[in-house]
Amino acid sequence: MARPRLPFEFLIALRFLREGRMQTALILLGVTGGVAVIVFLSQLISQLQATIIDRVLGSQAHVVVRPLEEANQRARTDPQFATIIEPRAQRLRSVDQWEAVVRLAESQPRVVAVSPVVSGPAFAVRGRASKSVALVGVDPDRYRRIVKMDTYMTRGAFQVEGTGAIIGIELAKDLGVGVGDKLFLRAAGGRDELLHITGLFDIGNKDLNRRWVFTTMKLAQSLLDLPGGVSNIDVTVADIFDAKEVAERLQAASGLTVESWMTTNSQLLAALRNQSVSNNLIRSFVIVIVALGISSVLVVSVVQKQKEIGILRAMGTSSNRIMGVFLLQGALVGFVGALSGVALAWGLLNFFSTIYRSGDGAPIFQPELDPAIALSAAGIALLVGLVAALIPARRAAKMDPVQAIRA
Amino acid sequence: MTAAIISLRGLRKSYGVGTPVETEVLHGLDLDLAEGEFCALIGPSGSGKSTLLNLVGLLEAPTSGELAIAGQSTTGLDEQALTVLRGRTIGFVFQFHHLLPAFTALENVMMPSIIMHGVATAEAESVANDLLKRVGLTGHEYKKASQLSGGQQQRVAIARALSLSPRLILADEPTGNLDTQTADDIFALLREFNRERGSACLIVTHDPRLAARCDRRIELIDGRLAAAARMPQPA
Repeated sequence: MARPRLPFEFLIALRFLREGRMQTALILLGVTGGVAVIVFLSQLISQLQATIIDRVLGSQAHVVVRPLEEANQRARTDPQFATIIEPRAQRLRSVDQWEAVVRLAESQPRVVAVSPVVSGPAFAVRGRASKSVALVGVDPDRYRRIVKMDTYMTRGAFQVEGTGAIIGIELAKDLGVGVGDKLFLRAAGGRDELLHITGLFDIGNKDLNRRWVFTTMKLAQSLLDLPGGVSNIDVTVADIFDAKEVAERLQAASGLTVESWMTTNSQLLAALRNQSVSNNLIRSFVIVIVALGISSVLVVSVVQKQKEIGILRAMGTSSNRIMGVFLLQGALVGFVGALSGVALAWGLLNFFSTIYRSGDGAPIFQPELDPAIALSAAGIALLVGLVAALIPARRAAKMDPVQAIRA
Repeated sequence: MTAAIISLRGLRKSYGVGTPVETEVLHGLDLDLAEGEFCALIGPSGSGKSTLLNLVGLLEAPTSGELAIAGQSTTGLDEQALTVLRGRTIGFVFQFHHLLPAFTALENVMMPSIIMHGVATAEAESVANDLLKRVGLTGHEYKKASQLSGGQQQRVAIARALSLSPRLILADEPTGNLDTQTADDIFALLREFNRERGSACLIVTHDPRLAARCDRRIELIDGRLAAAARMPQPA
């Protein structure tokens, strides 16, 4: 007969599980639900967090190097004289020796890209309309590695030269201009220039679409009266969560003001962290409940099966192997439950991604399943099954065969 | 002289040791059962028959005294060693057959071999099939134990007890809840296997008719061997 020959423990464990159909079905349902909740929740939260971070960092450098703030100092250090120190207004200044700072930043480990930026306030004027904008002078080849401008371009390419300029779609609408039109720009200091619009971008943020005007570094330098200087240096790091560390190291090395996105967005970071903590809390509760469920079903099963346990013992089964049979039941329930739980989570992700959509109709999250999350959930379920089966299994192993047979 | 399959010396068994209700059930038994002997264990209820069978079956440990199975002293053996000795040497036939209800007749008969080898072997399956044929259950191999009649279940239990060709078969009232005709058949089967394979049998029974058909009768009264049941004197 061509029947697979199962090892003793598997044979008995599977038959016991099959025999207690209702119990097995219920506990499988429990494990499935638990695993599905954990996988679904983890996937959802990690995706939402990734989306939020992506949006925040979509238009922002990971690390920004700025000149030190100018501060007034006491002229006399004699403490007998009371002094009021007025905070000083911060003027637009260049980063000292910025070429050296760029090289320093590039030499830091985990730094992926460095881009000097010349940025300052200006007015965009057309006819009688005048809009306050931020003039951003960049080297496009460097800057596109800080902010993925290429993906945001709606008209033209992210490339500037001469008096060419790239503006956001909102500014273009407000001023009634398009690609090929001219735009008069006056810097806050009074210098002005007639720019040619060569491209339009849409970053997905109306404020930035209204404010940013990209030109060459040279043009921005002359408009903002920063000859040969840059106002800040933007840095991209390999892992966004290394930003703080990289910023601190860069600050120590350069002596300049260096801020990471994590400092600038500390509230967002705290919110994300709280979300992760509550996610972990929910996961832990679910794991405990699932473990208790498996445990209680197996305890009942041990009592129900005591006669069988006694017979097996009388026929020469050691107590260790009886223990193995019940541990295996826990592991099997955990494993099968994990498989169906991951499948259920996949179904839920697909279902909810079609239901919940953001304002523009795009799904808030993608029905994707991170194999790492699925695998770890399956591993945890297996482990929980084993641990949960420990008490019932020991109880079964300790059972006195004579008592068990008589019962 | 035939080697003894069971050898008891001063065997005592007490329950509730160390508690106020400590009771001694067996009061120092000396007994030898020869290899291949077909022996009835009789006595009134409460005389300690089942206790003696459990001790000999290594399911319980004696309080004091010597117990040797197949020439091996069991004193000081740990649970693992006892389990191995039990699996190799002894086959059980219980009063209420005690089959595994979720398994088929064939699987029940194969179970001792599966336990010993870890997996079901083709050899075990052919042995089990032969045994089921011998006990007249051809055609019932793939029925669940719970779907068989009482007599059929007891036949399966006997086939199971024999599946590893044990040197000793312990039967606790194997015909206890069967009608006379079926009981006779079951008893005849035990006798047949005893003759054919030389397995020694120790059969607890209340049925004097069946006891009379055994080679030897051991009578327990209040935890002591009755006079007639002294061990056979070596020549």
